Formats: sequence, structure tokens, C-alpha cells
Amino acid sequence: MRDVAIVSFAQSNAAREDRNEVEILLPVVKAAVADSKLERSEIGFTCSGSSDFLQGQPFAFVMALDGVGAWPPIKESHVEMDGAWALYEAWVKIQTGEVDSALVYAFGKTSSGDLAEVQALQLDPYCATQLWPDADSIAGIQARLYLERSGRSERDLAEVAARSLRDAQSNPHAVAKGDFDAAKLLAEPYRSTPLRDHDCPANSDGATAMVVVAGERAKALCDRPVWIRGFDHRIDPPALGARDLTRAPSAEIAAGRAGVGDAAVDFAELSAPYTHQELILREALGLGDEVRVNPSGGTLCAHTMMSCGLNRIGDAARRLAEGDGDRAVAHASQGHCLQQNLVCVLEGE
Amino acid sequence: MANLCGVVGIGQTKYDAKRIDVSMPGLVREAALRALEDADLDFSDIDAVVIGKAPDTFEGVMLPENYLADALGATGKPLLRVHTAGSVGGSTANVAISLITAGIHDRVLTLSWEKQSESNAMWGLTVSPPFSVAVVAGAGGFFAPLIRSYIRRSGAPEDTGIRTALKDRQNALKNPYAHLRIEDVDFDKIASSPMLWDPIRYLESCPSSDGACAMVLAREELAEKAPTPAAWVHGMSMRSEPTQFPGRDSVNPVAGQLAARDLYRQAGITNPRQEIDCAEIYVPFSWFEAMWMENLGFAPENEGWKMVYEGATALDGDFPVNMSGGVLSSNAIGASGMIRYAEAAMQVRGQAGEHQVEGARKAMGHAYGGGSQYFSMCLLGKDKP
Repeated sequence: MRDVAIVSFAQSNAAREDRNEVEILLPVVKAAVADSKLERSEIGFTCSGSSDFLQGQPFAFVMALDGVGAWPPIKESHVEMDGAWALYEAWVKIQTGEVDSALVYAFGKTSSGDLAEVQALQLDPYCATQLWPDADSIAGIQARLYLERSGRSERDLAEVAARSLRDAQSNPHAVAKGDFDAAKLLAEPYRSTPLRDHDCPANSDGATAMVVVAGERAKALCDRPVWIRGFDHRIDPPALGARDLTRAPSAEIAAGRAGVGDAAVDFAELSAPYTHQELILREALGLGDEVRVNPSGGTLCAHTMMSCGLNRIGDAARRLAEGDGDRAVAHASQGHCLQQNLVCVLEGE
Repeated sequence: MANLCGVVGIGQTKYDAKRIDVSMPGLVREAALRALEDADLDFSDIDAVVIGKAPDTFEGVMLPENYLADALGATGKPLLRVHTAGSVGGSTANVAISLITAGIHDRVLTLSWEKQSESNAMWGLTVSPPFSVAVVAGAGGFFAPLIRSYIRRSGAPEDTGIRTALKDRQNALKNPYAHLRIEDVDFDKIASSPMLWDPIRYLESCPSSDGACAMVLAREELAEKAPTPAAWVHGMSMRSEPTQFPGRDSVNPVAGQLAARDLYRQAGITNPRQEIDCAEIYVPFSWFEAMWMENLGFAPENEGWKMVYEGATALDGDFPVNMSGGVLSSNAIGASGMIRYAEAAMQVRGQAGEHQVEGARKAMGHAYGGGSQYFSMCLLGKDKP
């Protein structure tokens, strides 16, 4: 495998944007390219992630590409997935030896609709979508089952929320943040029992961009290159009644394939939109209590759908580049109840 | 290319306006199982699945591959979903091929599909978007002016499109999977069909189809053992350019020219018209065959129509194009690009039945999408590169 480093990363998250997707995206792409110290013409491949349904129109990515620019014509692709999978496709492209660098970007605007309701469209269209179960309700079912299986309590969930919101205070890109204590959070009413508002994601609008470069060139471009050392993604079956919702077997396989357990992990950035999902993922990835999770505040504090998984990888890379740790795990998820999971192991030079 | 990749299994569904006999999972599984059967493999032999389709609005399911995961045997495996507009069937296969050539997986199942009867493509393409104006014209309304421009530039005879459509519709009669099989088709029937978007007539247009197409890919050592000899990937390319900007030539887009040039370079081809035996080219409206012959370097500029006129692109011509009946005869949009690749692979594997080109050794698959701005291509050979 070729060594590939994340050499630059930029993001934007806001609770509600007045700008359209392209307007949100362009400054972010511009910043990531500028920070990479590469000229656009030097970047070998471009790959993006977005969702037509989120934007409410077909070919959401076409207008983005028009804005980002593709002249003279470029080698380019798009996944209808979180940007973390666009990074995966770019990493594969670099592994073929055809290109040595890539620009990866993603964007999503959740405020255009009621996101929890929109996500019902991801379910079985013949039997489930018509019942219009929203994402918060489905997550509530998973949380209830998880608490029963694990013996954990709603207080444990509140502790995850309080820690995440506290950590988010030092992250300018988090949209929910603050100094709360768990006891106070537990006094709030339920949104979807056993989940309260603080257990559910702070939906946001935004965009993410990243430049990755292979080998020696990456060393020349940054003080401390952050290398992708393991990269894998897996999926579980969709039917909510067909799998054990209290576990994430696909995350467990991906973590094993990416080599999470091969050495000590300094911290992890996990894309868990709901508090109980962080605990399920900790278990699936084999992360002990000593591993710090989501120092950025995580997806709970800025759920820019389609971007938030790539943000976890970018946030982890930035922290390593700044010298805060040597080895980190970044994770992205898609689908209801952590159906699809991606794990990326990063190491600072 | 780092590692060699062979196409060892191909499966297609019957294409039709409404496949109400199957659900979406049933549709994709039909193609996947046929591809596995062709390769004499089962789901447990597959390492990863790469799936593609056009906009999710065509079925009304958001990120539907998550819903289809277990129908495609993807449980516990990597599943990637590609979407690059109309070119998606081609680019999905390109991504899948790269998983083999990069040495990441041994065998990959790639599949593209659309079940247009679940929704309405016209609606799917023209929903009223926030912040911008809806076109409300469908794809034909977008492409008709490009064809007019081509006719003006090239001086092509007005019946070039009708002749192309006649050829493809006659070819479709030799393809059991084709959606439109019009037994009594002739020149007059096409010429007298309603004008939809001048100069595109009804019978010069692609249908809306339900369908899926799948391919099983394998690395060299495994592909050598395929029960039916593999089609070897000699090259693949993708290029994109913006939808519009001053000076853009949308009739003969530079992105298409560059992708073709890159493809021929990888495959060591210097004279594509001579060295390639046949091609499956993305022609959703009849005139695009003549236009793409030029864009891909098979004919000099403004002379692509002559290949149609001289019968070069007919099944018995010296450069057969769309032997399967093409997109004009089956258009499950997301699948259409992969069908081009699969049909090209079938030619070099000698599997094309009544529409087989005798002795085909090198065949090209091609797809385009968006406003003639996304291109993906693949060259498949009977022999290893």
C-alpha cells in the first residue's frame, strides 16, 4: 500500500445557513487547497460526497462541481455517501498509482427540511417509509435496547452529552456547546424515550474539504504529515428487526481490518449522532475507557449530514498534526442505527 | 495498470417499462445472481460491492443501497455507492475495477440499476429546486439544441438520426434483454413518429426502463480460472468538465476527447477505428451516435454522420456500434453505462448471441452524463493487455 497523508483540511458548520450549498462549499475548498500548498492543477483527482435528497433536487453534486471548477477537464468522481467514503475512493485511486494526490469534499444542508423526517426515506420503501418513522424515534428504540442489554443508564448517556458539549467549547466549528452537568440534563423532558434533546444530534449546514498526498511529496508539504495507516468500511443489513441493534458488527469488522487494536490509541473521533451510539461504537472498536473520545465534541455537536464523517477524520488529523497524540482512530457512519461504518487509523509522522 | 482485472461474470435483467413482478431488492438480485452464475461463484466469493444509480429521486428512496445491502450479499462487506449522473453505470464499474487493480480486493461485484416505474423520471429531473429555476424539459429538451448545433456545423443529412434509430431498433430484436423490441420497425415508422423535441422524434429517443446490470470482476490469477474466458480490462478513464461557461463546446466536449485519448494511451491504441472491433456507446437520442463517433476519434470532426450513412456502425459494418440496441432500446438510467461495458465484455467473451460481432477481440464501453460533461470509458479485450 502507498503511504497517503492528509495535508490540509477545512470545514464549515452552522446551525442554519442562508447561503446555498455551493456558496458554503467554495470558501472551504479554497482554504483546503491553499493550505495544501499545491496548485489546483497539481491535484490529480477530485472526489466528493453529497445527497440529492438532502438538497431536494437531482444532481446536487453537478452544481457543486461547476462552482469548484473543472477546467481544463479533470479526473473526478462522486459518491452518494458521506465524504469519508469519497476520501476512501480517492485513497483507492492513489493506490492504483494513477494519481499521487486528491481533493476530497462534501457538503450537506440539513436545515432545508426536517432532517429526522427526511431520513425516514432511507427505510424500506414498501413497508416502513409509509409509517414515516423519524430518525430520532428509531434511535430511541436502539437506545432502549442498548441500555437494557448493557446495564448502562440514562445518566451514562447524559455524561456523554455533557462531556461532548464541554469539549465542543474549544472547537469553533461545533454548533452545540456549553458547560452542562449531567444531573441538569437529566431533568429535561424526553424527545424520544430514553433519549432527551441532548442525546440527539445538533443538525447543521456545512461543507468540508481535504487534500491528500502520497509519499515523499506529503513530507515536503507539511511539518508533521498525518498518515492513513488503516482504512476499511463495512455494512450491516438494513432491516431494523434483522440485526442486533445494540451492537455494530460492521464497525467491529472495519476496526479489525483497519488495525485499530494493533497499537495504542491516543484518541478517537467517532461519528455518533446519538449519545448511546458512542458507547456502542466504543465497544465495537475495542476502545478502552482510557481512550479519549471526540475531543472536538463530535457529530453530536455538529451533525452536518454527508460531511460529518469526513469531519471526524479531518478533526483527528488536525489534532495529530498539531502534535496532540501520535495515533488516532477516526470513524464515519451512515444509515439508521449505525448500519454502515468506516474506520480510518491515522498516525502522525 | 498495477494489477490486471478481468470481467468473469455478467448478468442483466430483462429491461421493461414496469417490472412490477419484482421489488427493488428483487430487481438488483436478479442481475447479481445471473452475474454470479455466469462466473460460477456465489455471494460468499465476493469481497466488496460497488453499486451505482442515477438520482435517488427516480425511486424516491434516499441512499437506497443501504436498503439493498443484504439483497446484494453485502452484509459484513464494503459497499460503495457511486453517482456521477448518466455516466454513473460506467464510473461505478471504473471504481470497482480500481479496487482490483489497486490490489485491495480479489473479487468485486459491481452493479448499476434504476427502477424508473417507482417514480417518474421527468418529475425526478425537474423538481422545483430551492435557489434556482426548474427547467421542466427533461433530458431531451436539454440535448435537442446540441443536436441542432451539430447539424448546422456538420451539414449532416436530416435523416441521420432516423437511420441510427432504425439500426439500433433492428439490433434490439436480436437482444433478448432489450426493453423496446419493435418487430415492424422501419424507416417510415420512425420518421412518422411524433416530434418530441425538434429534431428528436419519439422513436429516436430512449425509453424509461426498469432494470439492473451486474458484473463480477476478479484479479488476474482468479480471472484466469473463469469458466467462460474473462474479458480483460485494457484501460479505463473518466473526465469531467463544468456544465456551462463561455466558449464551452458542448457538442464535442473536451472532457470526452481527453478521456478517449487517455483510454487509448493506456490500451496502446494508436488507430482506434482500426484497432477496436466494436463499441457500445451511450446514445440516448439517435443523433448522439454521429456526435460521439467524432468526439471519440473514430471519425474526423463533422464526419461522424458518414459512418451512420455508410453503414459502418451497423452490425455487419466495419465498426459496429450498439450491437445490443443500445440506450435507445433499454434505458434503466443508472444501469445504462454499465450495460455498455457489460455488452462490450460479452462481445470479446463471445457471449453476445445473435448480436455477436464475429471475432471481436477489442471492444469499447462508453457512458456520459450531466450536460454532456461527465465521461467514463473502458476498453475490454479477449487477450490480456
